[in-house]
Amino acid sequence: MPKITYIDASGKERVVEAKNGMTVMETAIKHNVPGIDADCGGACACATCHVYVDPAFMDKVGKPSAMEQSMLDFAENVKETSRLSCQIKVREDLDGLRVTTPESQH
Amino acid sequence: MSGAPQRIVIIGAGQAGGQTAYSLRLAGYEGAITLIGDEPAPPYQRPPLSKAYFKGEMEAERLFLKPLEYYAEHNIDLLTGRAAKAIDLAAKQVALEGAAPVAWDKLLIATGARPRKLTLHGADLKGVTELRTLADVDRLKVLAAPGARMVVVGAGYIGLEAAAVGAQLGLKVTVLEAMPQVLSRVAGPEIGAFYTHIHRAIGTDIRLGARLEHFEGEGQVTGVRLAGGEVIPADLVLVGVGVLPNLELALEAGLACGNGIVVDGDMCTSHPEVFAAGDVAWRPLVHYGREGRLESVHNAIEGGKIAAAAMLGQPAPVLEVPWFWSDQFDLKLQTAGLWTGADQTVVRGDPQTRAFAVFYLKEGRVLAVDAVNSAPEFIVGRKLVASQARVAPGELADKSLSMRDIGARALG
Repeated sequence: MPKITYIDASGKERVVEAKNGMTVMETAIKHNVPGIDADCGGACACATCHVYVDPAFMDKVGKPSAMEQSMLDFAENVKETSRLSCQIKVREDLDGLRVTTPESQH
Repeated sequence: MSGAPQRIVIIGAGQAGGQTAYSLRLAGYEGAITLIGDEPAPPYQRPPLSKAYFKGEMEAERLFLKPLEYYAEHNIDLLTGRAAKAIDLAAKQVALEGAAPVAWDKLLIATGARPRKLTLHGADLKGVTELRTLADVDRLKVLAAPGARMVVVGAGYIGLEAAAVGAQLGLKVTVLEAMPQVLSRVAGPEIGAFYTHIHRAIGTDIRLGARLEHFEGEGQVTGVRLAGGEVIPADLVLVGVGVLPNLELALEAGLACGNGIVVDGDMCTSHPEVFAAGDVAWRPLVHYGREGRLESVHNAIEGGKIAAAAMLGQPAPVLEVPWFWSDQFDLKLQTAGLWTGADQTVVRGDPQTRAFAVFYLKEGRVLAVDAVNSAPEFIVGRKLVASQARVAPGELADKSLSMRDIGARALG
């Protein structure tokens, strides 16, 4: 099972075992990782599951859909590595993925 | 925390009840939490029930707001499958079905709402169902075999979402709506006309202004009879005609109620130690200078956060403009604000492109926006509603101006 490291805004790391097919957001919720609210539950409707993806994984993670991109374009504190974690599905080749959560989702 | 509550009881283990428990623990509250729900499942998301879950794309466990272990690990006494029977305000206890009463220092009522039932003849036939709980959809999924004839009564969000899934599952779908447009309670005629067109284009029969006489069948429903005598054959009927707040416990306890349990900005009821949140709460709508009851995830989460903060004497979270969403086919409708009272609507973009937005204005200020596949309109629209800034309608309609520019100009 791929491992994902969640890093909160203060730099604290949490490593969890993820299940293929679940999203990076769902994996965080399942393991009670703080910093991801996901108010809409993964519908790409609210932009409260915003994370920064480790630049080394940007290519592997892939490009956001047009809908996700336009949600991101208007989210707070967006960087080039920003993604909505409800739109990233866990796969074997994402083993070792590191994502950082922003200070606030609202 | 001196004077902090020692025992908090939450009636209702839905999104609002669950959120209150999570927020209490997140805020550092260490006293007892009892979370009482009458459904067998732990708190779960309801929105996917009429979407991905009905479609069979999501298993039940993925709906749970927290994994089951969370409750034990955070010392939350989760009582599922158990109904609260009465609230005793004097003794500060909640009576339970088949168990000893539980005592509280602070109480949250998050009993939600239940689907309104039709009183028509045959409404209790097998195959006539509603869509509120996991159990409802599990029943629905058994009935929704490909080729089955599904009649949806009521073209609100839930009815149309289920109709969309039904069509995608290969059912023959008919939607019966009493009003002259779909989504009439939640959106304006432009949005209504668009969704009517979308559903009809894939073969769903949408009947507007429909009047139902009764359901036909012996034991099992076989059809819906309309005024005038036409019978629409049906193997299953989904009734989605709105909800009624579950007020009974609050009313019997003597708490102030109207079309919901009356609460103030702290979600506090007419009793200083009793709070209410979610679908059941009649709350101040600060962006609109009035009160109302909202049926949405945003309202449940926000109400839960506010109630938790108020119970602990902590500062309230910042209030968001009410927001909603609906997924049908490849279309994501995102709504910010409440459109009631609008004196002008502005359409931005062309509905034929399947990406457009409708802004609802009152005296030059944006009350609400319905954005179809248009995230910038939704997000900037939300800010415009919150700011109550004046916006030129012509600018909103002008696609050569970006939402970013329109927002920057209006918000300064």
